[in-house]
Amino acid sequence: MPSPRSEFFAGARAELPLLLGVVPFGLIYGALAVQLGVPATITQAMSAVIFAGSAQFIAAPLIVASTPALVLVLTVFVVNLRHMLYSASVAPYLEKLSPLWKVALAYLLTDEAYAVAIAHFYKPGEACAKKQRHWFLLGAGVTLWSFWQVSTAIGIFIGARVPPEWSLDFALPLTFIAIVVPMLKNRAYVIAAIVAAIGGVVAFGLPYKLGYIVASGFGIAVGFVLTDSVSHEIRDQQTRLEKQ
Amino acid sequence: MNATLNVWLTLFACGIVTFLLRFSFIAAHGRVTMPRWFTRALTFVPVAVLSAITLPEILMQNDAVNFALLNPKLIAGSVAVVVAWRTKNVWATIATGMAALWTIQYLLK
Repeated sequence: MPSPRSEFFAGARAELPLLLGVVPFGLIYGALAVQLGVPATITQAMSAVIFAGSAQFIAAPLIVASTPALVLVLTVFVVNLRHMLYSASVAPYLEKLSPLWKVALAYLLTDEAYAVAIAHFYKPGEACAKKQRHWFLLGAGVTLWSFWQVSTAIGIFIGARVPPEWSLDFALPLTFIAIVVPMLKNRAYVIAAIVAAIGGVVAFGLPYKLGYIVASGFGIAVGFVLTDSVSHEIRDQQTRLEKQ
Repeated sequence: MNATLNVWLTLFACGIVTFLLRFSFIAAHGRVTMPRWFTRALTFVPVAVLSAITLPEILMQNDAVNFALLNPKLIAGSVAVVVAWRTKNVWATIATGMAALWTIQYLLK
């Protein structure tokens, strides 16, 4: 049975490839926000309090422009709407935890921590191994959190020094590919992924990153309908076999 | 109201909203029973959301679709899909994907 410690470090290790993309992103965020005129303390506090990359990027210029608080909060709400899907998706795996654990893991539930944790949760395992798996999400989340804070701080004080031609940010989509492809167990999942991917491109122009949620919704709906038709086919075949 | 205080309060409000979105279903689970169709639809969430994030990152350049077949990221991303499918290994996928991207960028220079 894995110990909490080994699960924690397995989660931290799983997060490492994503850091290749996240650290440059944090550097750019820190450097850009102070260039825009956001005070250094506010720039850093946003990384600690909001802890959501794309929402912070969008919020920074709005803060400088003295946008009304309500508009800003609503914008962040819409940009982060996909996190609600993550919350629903991991909820069954965290149901037995104490409220404190739930609060901590919810706070750490970013795109990157979710991606590695859900891949881990989906792996078949013995019941006893599953008891410790929340430590995996904690390890992934704490690792990402620490690197996000440090890269923001370096971005604020030194600026973004990673040469853009290295394209290190490409490590992020590559890691998501590595996580998604093994999850494509049957036709329904493959088509759901393709629909969501194309939808993401088509709906990219929607404001406030709404394209993500619209495209994901389409992908989920198509996958759902397809599994439904697949299970109907199986049921029809069974009834036919029973009749013979 | 003091402008700095206002910014801080707004910042915390944004943090609370983000947290509540992430906490919503984790908190509700167990108290509210989720309908069967809902839990079944949830199995598509990781595949759908991560795909919806990934393809635009590969195809979009300065807010426009880069349809060129020689788009280095598209080729490198396709290589990564094949490697991910054959190896199921994250590091192998990233290593070949980055190597493919750098090679293509070098050749196209």
